[in-house]
Amino acid sequence: MSSETKSKSSSPSKRPRIGVFKFASCDGCQLSLLDAEDELLSVVGAVEIAYFPEASRTMLKGPYDIGLVEGSITTHHDAERIQEVRRKCKTLITIGACATAGGIQALRNWKDVDEFVRVVYASPQFISTLKLSTPIGEHVPVDFELRGCPINKYQLIELITATLAGRKPNVPTYSVCMECKRKENVCIAVARGVPCLGPVTQAGCGALCPSYDRGCYGCYGPMETPNTASLTSQFRILGQSDEQVSRAFRSFNAWAWPFRKASEECERA
Amino acid sequence: MNGSGSRTIKVDTLARVEGEGALYIKMAGERVTDVKLRIYEPPRLFEAFLRGRHYSEAPDITARICGICPIAYQMSAVHAIERALGIKIDPAVRLLRRLFYCGEWIESHALHVYMLHAPDFLGYPDVIEMAKDHRAVVEKALRLKKIGNSIVHLLGGREIHPISAAVGGFHKTPSKRQLKELISDLEWGLEASLEAVHWTSTLQFPDFEQDYEFVALRHPDEYPFNEGRLVSNRGLDIDAAEYEDRFVELHVKHSNALHSVIRGRGSYLVGPLARFNLNFDKLPEVAQKAALEAGLKPPVKNLFRSITVRAVELVFAFAEALRVIREYEPPSAPRAIVPDRAGVGQAITEAPRGILYHRYAVDEKGLIVTAKIIPPTSQNQRRIEDDLREYAAQLAAWPLEEATWKCEQAVRCYDPCISCATHFLKVEIDRE
Repeated sequence: MSSETKSKSSSPSKRPRIGVFKFASCDGCQLSLLDAEDELLSVVGAVEIAYFPEASRTMLKGPYDIGLVEGSITTHHDAERIQEVRRKCKTLITIGACATAGGIQALRNWKDVDEFVRVVYASPQFISTLKLSTPIGEHVPVDFELRGCPINKYQLIELITATLAGRKPNVPTYSVCMECKRKENVCIAVARGVPCLGPVTQAGCGALCPSYDRGCYGCYGPMETPNTASLTSQFRILGQSDEQVSRAFRSFNAWAWPFRKASEECERA
Repeated sequence: MNGSGSRTIKVDTLARVEGEGALYIKMAGERVTDVKLRIYEPPRLFEAFLRGRHYSEAPDITARICGICPIAYQMSAVHAIERALGIKIDPAVRLLRRLFYCGEWIESHALHVYMLHAPDFLGYPDVIEMAKDHRAVVEKALRLKKIGNSIVHLLGGREIHPISAAVGGFHKTPSKRQLKELISDLEWGLEASLEAVHWTSTLQFPDFEQDYEFVALRHPDEYPFNEGRLVSNRGLDIDAAEYEDRFVELHVKHSNALHSVIRGRGSYLVGPLARFNLNFDKLPEVAQKAALEAGLKPPVKNLFRSITVRAVELVFAFAEALRVIREYEPPSAPRAIVPDRAGVGQAITEAPRGILYHRYAVDEKGLIVTAKIIPPTSQNQRRIEDDLREYAAQLAAWPLEEATWKCEQAVRCYDPCISCATHFLKVEIDRE
């Protein structure tokens, strides 16, 4: 809905306008913006939040300088809506694993979606959904993809700041292993034989899971040029079955091409 | 305005709720002829793709249903699976899980009380505009929220989709020293949340009392988080295992979220108001006293007062977090590890928005055969529609735009989480 607001309508703003758009997702990535408690009031001072329904009743029409898109495309309606969102946004940034890789809901992509709907809903005929859950980049050109399930709020602030300044954002594409070494963690895969997706997963989380005594589960998706074949054989040496390796690649970034290929190879093995 | 005519109240995109929903109310004069809370958030089909996954993945996967209350999903998942596998947890793990939940309640309630709900009472579209006139209040809210997040961060590695919760316990547990570092912030939070109870009680509330069936967990010794029997003010008193015998989910055409009702009775209410009314005696004295001074005496039947009830629960959560930290001794092992085996287990825990039910059946290899998840917002959905039927009728003489805003506010009292329920909100009033 649109609603008149007492202060906003009276002060046309020259600040860059930001819109936040949601598709199939858990809301966690856009919540990251509200979770930046120390930075929030400065961020909203520097930009105009023109459209952000999770935070405001004010829903201003486009165009927007920056569009932040959360979620994947899973319905006909959303497949059309993303085209409209793209037209209204000068720079379009996708945030999170759903928007950049199809998300956990992309697990349907290997199954019969009608059967999935029947599992969950008593009257499947009321439900309209696509066979595939796909990332935004499969539908429209995307200017920057920010990875993570959820995204890292500091990377989001860096990305917004860089976009407004017209420079390249400092978001590394190397693996979680680099962050892990920098934290001086003992490698849990080498020292304790714990299966860890760190070598093929993009950095950004701060090597969280290995720092909490568990293997990385790949929530930041594939790094640039990952060697998934080598990691697959390492997992097998650690005693993992093909089914287990396939499941490891098939979670929050399952439809991202390198992970998808790796899981399908294990399935065929 | 046209008190005798007909009209439609509609909100196409409900704001300041989590997820995507719309509200449609059709009226003929003062009579409400149709109410639909339409949830168009796309279905994500979690219960289907959990099949064939290992039980140890359930806490990480189900957390992704909701970015606002991932801990609730992790807690219901681990407790249900522990029941299926016959795992007993260390008392220290139980304490840490209470602390973990305190963190989520603080973060979620601070967000809702100040940033999503308070703007309705003060006449702002959002917290950003509110901050221009009430900067100190908003700064306090942000600090409260941040303290909740710092608990979650310490125990779970990050605020959203924390990574440390596991079946049997945690992947890693904190030291006493790490927990003690939180104390000074928590003491500030306790004082600030007492002020929040007072501040919210001075807001103007519409006169709108309803005869609700309140449903919440109840535990003999404590205000509920992870454990207890499911009770109501109309005699319900069951174990989690009996939940599906007494509650039924209905699939209605206008919503991608299933409606939950009590068999033979209909709608019911879950969340802060239900917990408060059914467990007032279990609140710490400091929270009871603050509530009574704010004019809250159970049963509270005015949903608009839930903003103050949430503030009372903030007081509770800070007091409880301090208690846990003072009692904590690290467990001998971070988690209990048991061999894979077949079994069925159910659990109910208290998410910030109300009870969250999970059931899992696992096979001898530990793979999930079936999963069932019933989130709080889908349980409140029918009750939200019942409330609006009454409330829209009271507003029949109001100008359409104001009536629409009021109806939106009624929905926001529930702090609905539509991402959860389908796994959002538009209001539409149709006056013919």
